Amino acid sequence: MAVLTYREALNRAMTEEMEKDPNIFLMGEEVGHYEGAYKVSQGMLAKFGERRIIDTPISENGFAGVGIGAAMVGLRPIIEFMTWNFSLVAIDQIINSAAKMNYMSAGQFPIPIVFRGAGGAGGRLAAQHSQSFESWYAHIPGLKVLAPYTPSDAYGLLKTSIRDNNPTIFIESEVLYGSKGEVPDGEFLIPMGKSDIKREGTQLTIISWSRALMYVLPAAEKLAKEGISVEVLDLRSIRPLDEEGILASVRKTNRALIVEEGWNVAGFGAQVAYLIQKEAFDYLDSPVERITQEDVPMPYAANLEKSSLPSEDKIIKKVREMIK
Amino acid sequence: MSQPKTKKETEDLLELYRQMLLIRRFEEASAKAYSMGKIGGFCHLYIGQEAVGVGAISALEQKDYIVSTYRDHGHALARGLEPKALMAELFGKRTGIVSGNGGSMHFFDKKKNFMGGHGIVGGHISLAAGIAYASKYREDGAVTLCFFGEGAANIGSFHEGMNLAAIWKLPLVMICENNHYAMGTPEYRALSVKDVSVRAAAYDIARDHIEGDEVRKVREHVKVAVERARRGEGPTLMEISTYRFRGHSMSDPAKYRTKEELEKYKQGDPLIKAEKDLLAAGWAQEELTKMDEIILKTVEESVDFAEKSEEPPLGWLYKHVYAENV
Ligand SMILES: Cc1ncc(C[n+]2csc(CCOP(=O)(O)OP(=O)(O)O)c2C)c(N)n1
Repeated sequence: MAVLTYREALNRAMTEEMEKDPNIFLMGEEVGHYEGAYKVSQGMLAKFGERRIIDTPISENGFAGVGIGAAMVGLRPIIEFMTWNFSLVAIDQIINSAAKMNYMSAGQFPIPIVFRGAGGAGGRLAAQHSQSFESWYAHIPGLKVLAPYTPSDAYGLLKTSIRDNNPTIFIESEVLYGSKGEVPDGEFLIPMGKSDIKREGTQLTIISWSRALMYVLPAAEKLAKEGISVEVLDLRSIRPLDEEGILASVRKTNRALIVEEGWNVAGFGAQVAYLIQKEAFDYLDSPVERITQEDVPMPYAANLEKSSLPSEDKIIKKVREMIK
Repeated sequence: MSQPKTKKETEDLLELYRQMLLIRRFEEASAKAYSMGKIGGFCHLYIGQEAVGVGAISALEQKDYIVSTYRDHGHALARGLEPKALMAELFGKRTGIVSGNGGSMHFFDKKKNFMGGHGIVGGHISLAAGIAYASKYREDGAVTLCFFGEGAANIGSFHEGMNLAAIWKLPLVMICENNHYAMGTPEYRALSVKDVSVRAAAYDIARDHIEGDEVRKVREHVKVAVERARRGEGPTLMEISTYRFRGHSMSDPAKYRTKEELEKYKQGDPLIKAEKDLLAAGWAQEELTKMDEIILKTVEESVDFAEKSEEPPLGWLYKHVYAENV
């Protein structure tokens, strides 16, 4: 088993898929000559050439649309957004064209496209460059939304996304690109809609995904030392959602805490909480709780940024309250 | 363009006239059905603009692609989409071209490379660039024709799409059907230029600007742009002036323009022009009347078909939200 960084795992997934299928191309700002703003496409231009690794001008709405148009006639584009923050100027294309094309055309025009790139909060990038949009895209029927935490999940889920015949929103974590993990050597795919138990436990389930797990996992570790047994569920796939996996865990532990990096109001965790109270109400020993980003645009000051995000301390405190 | 001279030219015009007349009659029938509450939603008619769609689309080959707006009835019929399936779509029936999922604004027909009716003003321009991009990627020799209104020429997607098409020399022909109004806004209140096609200069691509009242002339000009695209010389921005005789949509009485203006443009009705040319070339009036009767019958049958068709089963609600993975 090789130890790869998150970015290397993504690179390997794209490279392997592109070697197999000439219909796949990668398009975005700086993906070619610059080798990716976060170096995810390192070496790919040299390998595949300018026909398949395509640098674009700064025109998110334009190249998102170009990708969708190309997908209408059977190509399988991977469109990189330098970061998901800039996807907002392309959101019309993602929602009104990509997500709905198959439906509007009664199945005549599926859109096999992956929109991918760096997402999430942190790094003191302040209000416009530091935010999580999983909830936004998860709201839209017709889209699939993935947010891997580990390198092997990044690899297995990106390959699945590329092969899927639907538009996929693949949100990578900006702060995880350099993180390392074991990735099995042979090819493997991870199905969408399957969560992963990152840690077994008996007293409470923490449901989380992407970089929020950076706080959740150490918190669970510390809680274990206090004698509190926490199960950690990594959703990985936001839409489709592993409802069975969530319910099975909560029915076992009888308590649920959702930790997400996005905002609270209309955030995705609210949907998970609804699911749990509806389908596992009788199993609950305490109300379902959430920890989210504070209800503010991201501040720049180091202390304020930190205080606005989920943290180990917040999680530990909340779990203690819930277990009492 | 002068009158047809040879028999071949006359027959050619006759066929184009037939297509324009089909659109006109189809639209009149849609308007009637809409007033009776049989058609829902927005319904944007093409009456008055027929020479643009018919002329432009007749310049294409079967392998070429067409991308349209919410004003797509005329383009669809000009491309040869089945009137019955289109009318049934307007009625929201299971036999509709997209089985009742789309309605007036979203006609699609994969078999005919008819790449949709799109409802967001200008949003489809980058999709058209993408389809043209795929043709270049695959070297399939196809050209993409994209229609839009002058209102769309002010939206970001237009500029981004034009720039991308220009830097990549995509086989794309952009046709601005300038009917002088974006809903109730006349062009002079919205456009920084008098002539949309001059914006081609900003992207260093070819341009053309013509009146859109003569169907054969439209075809000649579009052909030049299509051939340029096919030779790999990149996109063209064309402006074709025209006029819609009805309001923006069925719910618009079009009070923002004068009767005199409408009357003036009706003098240039592309159907009347073609009819005059046909008569002058020796075609008998009764032949044309007979043609009209046949078309009226076709349209009646399509209304009848739409009427009698069933609504889509409720079980189809979730069908096609996602494509199957095979
Ligand atoms: C982005 C967007 N803004 C507003 C609308 C509402 N709208 C639909 S058609 C239209 C007018 C567009 O005019 P034009 O592009 O000139 O085309 P025409 O209707 O004249 O064919 C407007 C404002 C829309 N569909 N999309």
